[in-house]
Amino acid sequence: MSEPRDLVGGAPETSFTLDFDGRKLPAHSGQSIAAVLWSAGITAWRTTRQGGAPRGAFCGIGSCYDCLVTVNGRPNQRACLLPARPGDTVTPQEGTGHGALV
Amino acid sequence: MAPSSDPRPARTAAPAPGDGTGAVASAADLAVVGAGPAGLAAAVTAADLGLRVTLLDAGDRPGGQYYRHPAPELGAERPEALHHGWAAFASRARRLRDHERAGRIRHLAGHHVWTVVRKDEDAAGEWHLHALAGPEEQAVTVRARAVLLATGAYERQLPFPGWTLPGVVGAGGAQAMLKAGLVLPGRRVVVAGSGPLLLAVAGSLAAAGAAVPAVVEAASYTGYAGRLPALLRNPAKLAEGAVYGGALVRHGIRLLTRHAVVEAHGTDRVEAATVARLDRDWRPVPGTARRIPCDALAVGHGLVPQLELATGLGCATRTTADGTAALVLDEQQRTSVTGIWSAGETGGIGGAQLALAEGELAARSIAGRPLPAELVRRRSRLRAFADAMGAAHRPGTGWTGWLSDDTDVCRCEEVPAGLIREAVADLGATDARTVKLLTRAGMGWCQGRMCGQAVAALAGCAPGPDRRPLSCPVPLKVLAELPADGGTAP
Amino acid sequence: MPNRHSPDVVIIGAGVVGAACAYYAARAGLSVTVVDRGPVAGGTTGAGEGNLLVSDKEAGPELDLALLSTRLWRELATELPPETEYEPKGGLVVAPDETTLKALRTFAEGQRAAGVDAREIAPDDLPALEPHLAAGFAGGFHYPQDAQVQPAQAAARLLHASGAATRLGEEVTALLTGPDGTVRGVRTTRGEIAARAVVNAAGTWGGRIAELAGVRLPVLPRRGFVLVTEPLPRLVRHKVYAADYIADVASDSAALQSSAVVEGTPGGPVLIGATRERVGFDRSLSTEALRRLAGQAAALFPVLGEVRALRTYHGFRPYLPDHLPAVGPDPRAPGLFHACGHEGAGIGLAPATGLLLADVLTGARPALDLAPFRPERFGDGTTSHAANGAGA
Repeated sequence: MSEPRDLVGGAPETSFTLDFDGRKLPAHSGQSIAAVLWSAGITAWRTTRQGGAPRGAFCGIGSCYDCLVTVNGRPNQRACLLPARPGDTVTPQEGTGHGALV
Repeated sequence: MAPSSDPRPARTAAPAPGDGTGAVASAADLAVVGAGPAGLAAAVTAADLGLRVTLLDAGDRPGGQYYRHPAPELGAERPEALHHGWAAFASRARRLRDHERAGRIRHLAGHHVWTVVRKDEDAAGEWHLHALAGPEEQAVTVRARAVLLATGAYERQLPFPGWTLPGVVGAGGAQAMLKAGLVLPGRRVVVAGSGPLLLAVAGSLAAAGAAVPAVVEAASYTGYAGRLPALLRNPAKLAEGAVYGGALVRHGIRLLTRHAVVEAHGTDRVEAATVARLDRDWRPVPGTARRIPCDALAVGHGLVPQLELATGLGCATRTTADGTAALVLDEQQRTSVTGIWSAGETGGIGGAQLALAEGELAARSIAGRPLPAELVRRRSRLRAFADAMGAAHRPGTGWTGWLSDDTDVCRCEEVPAGLIREAVADLGATDARTVKLLTRAGMGWCQGRMCGQAVAALAGCAPGPDRRPLSCPVPLKVLAELPADGGTAP
Repeated sequence: MPNRHSPDVVIIGAGVVGAACAYYAARAGLSVTVVDRGPVAGGTTGAGEGNLLVSDKEAGPELDLALLSTRLWRELATELPPETEYEPKGGLVVAPDETTLKALRTFAEGQRAAGVDAREIAPDDLPALEPHLAAGFAGGFHYPQDAQVQPAQAAARLLHASGAATRLGEEVTALLTGPDGTVRGVRTTRGEIAARAVVNAAGTWGGRIAELAGVRLPVLPRRGFVLVTEPLPRLVRHKVYAADYIADVASDSAALQSSAVVEGTPGGPVLIGATRERVGFDRSLSTEALRRLAGQAAALFPVLGEVRALRTYHGFRPYLPDHLPAVGPDPRAPGLFHACGHEGAGIGLAPATGLLLADVLTGARPALDLAPFRPERFGDGTTSHAANGAGA
């Protein structure tokens, strides 16, 4: 089975792991956090504030804000735009993402 | 949530020295918003003609959505394998780098302009562009004597039951994630909606290793027949279509025209899609439903011009052949507001080649140069083609028939179709704005970008142009630290 | 010629005031038709925050109207569906220093005499009311009667409950008059509606309706911006604002000069409103307005500094030179009644306005003296801007 990488060739400069909900996910420099999650087969990383429904990346270009996630304690970051960095801790987000404030 | 709790070093997109609030650099001759095909072409052309240009772009790399490509660190040897017409981009990206080095273009990547305001005090006319820089959202203000808005478009979405399930993604979104991150939403991806983009997406996904059981297109390609002259005058565009068609054949992808996904199934993620035949008004035909197993579904119904910066300045709009609102532009690419130009999708969805032509024309106009006749002809030829395509893929009025009352139309605020229908039928909502006031549909994070077209259809009116005084979310502390002198538009 | 069955009353304006007039007129047994050139809540109502405030009003006719409305809103909350989002959350006015606190005390004293429940809160007790409030305030006053509704829902539900016939998207182009000159209905872009009485509830555009009757009502727009944050858990419990200073409380123009009003909503976002400027119907964004609102909100609730504003909107408050609405019959144009000019308090004052107008229409004795609200009080001269100094 072919992979996207086969199409463009080459290799990432560096690889590392991303901490997601206690799991270590393989990540490459230059990937967005959403791309790292998709690579690991994860398509949902937050739940909505009314229905508690699972959501992940939808528009892929930063317009829909469905991929909001908490990164290093900072809530409501767009996973589809934010580059993954070594040492990042990504936390699945519930509701407003501001539960800690109450 | 305090940024100081972030242990990482500052991200690379920090503003250049002197950009911060209160330390505004001298005014550029031209500010270009957006570094997609139109903005990029405009910026390099204007710099060629001697203007000092500031190019602001929300993306980390130039190219916009169309020429979206992996970060250099991902080490892709052949990024062009995921693109059509890469050479046109590569040559302009090279010119951009040369102009940057020579100091003629200041390229502010990772800068999202959230509003543009006119400064009245200066009789010559000056514009202030307020932006947020990088993930840390630092305040940046850019001054310019002329502004070109090349803010592009976002995808038109028509909801259906199950469209909020994980694994259901925008068709353009799937392509963007593939182009930039080399990832797929699943291994078996149904591509559905309407418009030529679907063929490109299906081809890319298949080339990248996904199985694509079907491309489900709501329009009928026979709809092109009545618009042959515009098509035949654009052999390059036809060839592009043939390339996509060839890719479908090569990958064994089935094209179902006059069909739509009317429901997605699954609990925690999509497991199958129900596809049904449509009548000529896009109403599902009873008894034609069938189920296609999949682990991802990529949907989109063409694009919507992103206009809020322009409408915030009072630029006039019109309704285009595809049913969306776009800017009124003259032959010089000028908007109805003196000092504001626009190019690319904002003037009506037309694709990258048209955007490149318009960007170049706009730059020449801003520089006070004559417009080359050949480029003007090329623009009208491509525009005619775009109008023909837009009309062929314009959503039929019957599509709301596949919306059940409990389908969330507004993804952000989770507003179901039934509430919107009640607001229209019982509560006196006759337009999308009133539906929003009564139901919260369109009030959430995306500010109606995902549901606006659908809400307008349910309200029984044509979708209005984007109106978002804030083009993106802005931290209150950034607003609080704006320069006290105002920057009030007239 | 009149078409079909003529209603008793035609109300021009489907904002919250028009809807309340329809509701109480129908309850009094009148048949009602509501006409609006736009949708329901399409003007200032839809741009409001839904404030039902007594705290910001000094003793006087407007406060009397507000107190009557406060009672009526409490009744309406039990009759209208929950989507109206009636929340008797109370207001909290905080004083940055002792001088302001003293002035606030005097202000509250006058309000108490008029029937307002105003309770002084010691600085140490402020966090119990508002845990995220900034430290360092000298004290404050709690106004339990302050409340809130979702304004567009309030208008729509009142209108729906009234059972009035609604004709939306239909603009009134002329008033019909009888042989003796009395107003006998309206002409719209779609035909004529004859009626015994016509109510001008056109809000900021009320002056234009008056003009159609050949009378002057100097309603002018006063622009306000509101900032709306991302959805948050309930960080702000009351309507909270700072009493920056109180101008000469003894004088007629005495007014509580208030900073931004900050409040949470059942929907999640915090609303921050609202600026006041007289700039005509200018719809362009004022970054200066946003700067002030954001700065004042973050000064009250520092936690909001890191929060993002998702949107901002503006509206045009209908103000009359003396900052009181016009409510009642217009003796210059018999058959024409006014219910407009409520400035920034239309949502709050709507039920009392509707009730009083229904009394007048049915010949009952109004619950309040309408003399201060007489529509003809400005005469027929040119517009006066003498009252510019007031405003809270």
